[in-house]
Amino acid sequence: MKVQVLYFAWLRERIGQGRETVETEAHSVADLIEELRAREERYALAFSDMSAVRCAVDQTLVPLEAPLGDAREVAFFPPMTGG
Amino acid sequence: MRVVVAPEDFDLGAEAARLEDGPEIGAVVTFTGRVRNVGGTLRHMTIEHYPGMTERALTRIAEEAADRWPLTGIVVLHRHGELAPGARIMMVATASRHREAAFQAASFLMDYLKSRAPFWKKEVTEDGAEWVAATEADEAALNSWMD
Repeated sequence: MKVQVLYFAWLRERIGQGRETVETEAHSVADLIEELRAREERYALAFSDMSAVRCAVDQTLVPLEAPLGDAREVAFFPPMTGG
Repeated sequence: MRVVVAPEDFDLGAEAARLEDGPEIGAVVTFTGRVRNVGGTLRHMTIEHYPGMTERALTRIAEEAADRWPLTGIVVLHRHGELAPGARIMMVATASRHREAAFQAASFLMDYLKSRAPFWKKEVTEDGAEWVAATEADEAALNSWMD
């Protein structure tokens, strides 16, 4: 399936783009991360410290082990620092 | 309930005055966050957000505050983009018949905004640029509302 993958803050900077369409067979967010990591060094670098990565599936925060289901949009970003 | 995510500055007084709607409202609490010039070397702060998710997430948390406390009004405003030292970043305001609900709801909203709303701050100083790290204290503050 095709998923829009979004990156924010330093994840965006390390990966070098804010969004891309990814063709994936991943069943969970963690699977998707593994697929991305295996692609290129920049993904491996961005996802090197998973304690500093948060995820939203279709704009809802989820744990990294969450199922992907028929997600249309998956976003990765560091812990939020608003306010 | 008023939730706005925009680059523009806002009028603190006018926003607070919106909540003074009727004689039964006894308390309006406002909080404003500003760009702090740590060490005097800050050039500007850049705030990135997740368009679409941000508005949804803020609306949801404002609704949760309205469920938890007897509020008569809620304002949540957050700016994004490049902000100069001293600029206003965001505000929350709450109104209620009594001050306790207004204070608690404002505090709850702030704790949420700190570590659950999809905003990221980058400080650009004379020495370079750095993303502001989240703190465990922010996370602990939010968890204290989950009991």
